[in-house]
Amino acid sequence: MEPTAAVEQSGKNLWGGGVSPLKASYGKIMMWFFLLSDAFTFSGLLIAYGLLRYSHPAFEGNIADFIPSQEYWPIPEKVFDGVPFLHGVSIPLMFVGIMTFILIMSSVTMVLAVEAGQRMDRKSVMKWMLWTIVGGIAFLGCQAWEWSHFITGSGKEGWGIDLNGDGIIEAGVDFLGANLAMNEYGPPLFADLFFFITGFHGTHVLSGVVLNILVFYQASVGTFERRGHYEMIEKVGLYWHFVDLVWVFVFTFFYLI
Amino acid sequence: MALLEEISQVEVQPVDKAKVNKLWKIAGILLIITIIEFVFAFSLPDHWKVMKISIFVCLTFVKAFYIVSEFMHLKHETKTLIWSIVLPLILVVWLVIALIYEGGAILSVR
Repeated sequence: MEPTAAVEQSGKNLWGGGVSPLKASYGKIMMWFFLLSDAFTFSGLLIAYGLLRYSHPAFEGNIADFIPSQEYWPIPEKVFDGVPFLHGVSIPLMFVGIMTFILIMSSVTMVLAVEAGQRMDRKSVMKWMLWTIVGGIAFLGCQAWEWSHFITGSGKEGWGIDLNGDGIIEAGVDFLGANLAMNEYGPPLFADLFFFITGFHGTHVLSGVVLNILVFYQASVGTFERRGHYEMIEKVGLYWHFVDLVWVFVFTFFYLI
Repeated sequence: MALLEEISQVEVQPVDKAKVNKLWKIAGILLIITIIEFVFAFSLPDHWKVMKISIFVCLTFVKAFYIVSEFMHLKHETKTLIWSIVLPLILVVWLVIALIYEGGAILSVR
């Protein structure tokens, strides 16, 4: 029994506890591994998009002359070219670009909140967390507009599914917009993937905003000061940056390519 | 009141200017890369499809590198932690290759 007792007394032993080989707290390490598993989920969705897109014929011809059809995959920049308050004006990918900008900026304010937390600066943490929450809500608002625009339809000449087969697309008679079974932009799978991928990401943003509001509240009532550290901000920050990271990939693989 | 007294005792350290400037610089890089992607998307000719896709994928990974290494601070963690996060992602590379190949096979029998 003697050697074991000696080891316990020293307090630190590779197999007996007290040592942290990764030099990070339990919570942070677990957040990292959760994010790794979440990265696999998003990879699964985006790779499924790649598989299904590549297994459909591509549109042949000039991008400028693009007209959607059930026969081939649509060109994203032709589908996502609407901007709020500019009805009927085609500005490809501008709105998605604004959304990307909002999310990157909210990632910056988050990292500034983490920095302030390491300095025990409660006022700065509150200020930057508030900006991060504003950014997250702005992004969700943009996504709500994007979805409603996608679902109601673009209203462009010749875009829609000719249900009665008379060769003319009419509102009220023919199908406009998108749902899970059919859409005016291309094969049904296109809208399904749009709803699943951006919807799954939007759900992550929503949970992130809820977590941000929670830590903002805890910071403002002094919970972290009494605890002696602002590590909770760092953990929620990791999650928030991951949401931004996923959007970078969604932006490239869904909208740009 | 006891709560407020406790809070006022906490010592706030001064802002590390160099660190904050570095964060803003990285934000600038991320925004510039996004703008470059936009410019490429609309200035390169349509038939350079493969080249456009490879440029976008490369720039995306540059952005991902900056977000993960600096914003998420992974670059400054221990080597063991870095590799235990990065290495499993090799499985994703395998899945991309396998399923894109599969997609081509489905297209050929369609």
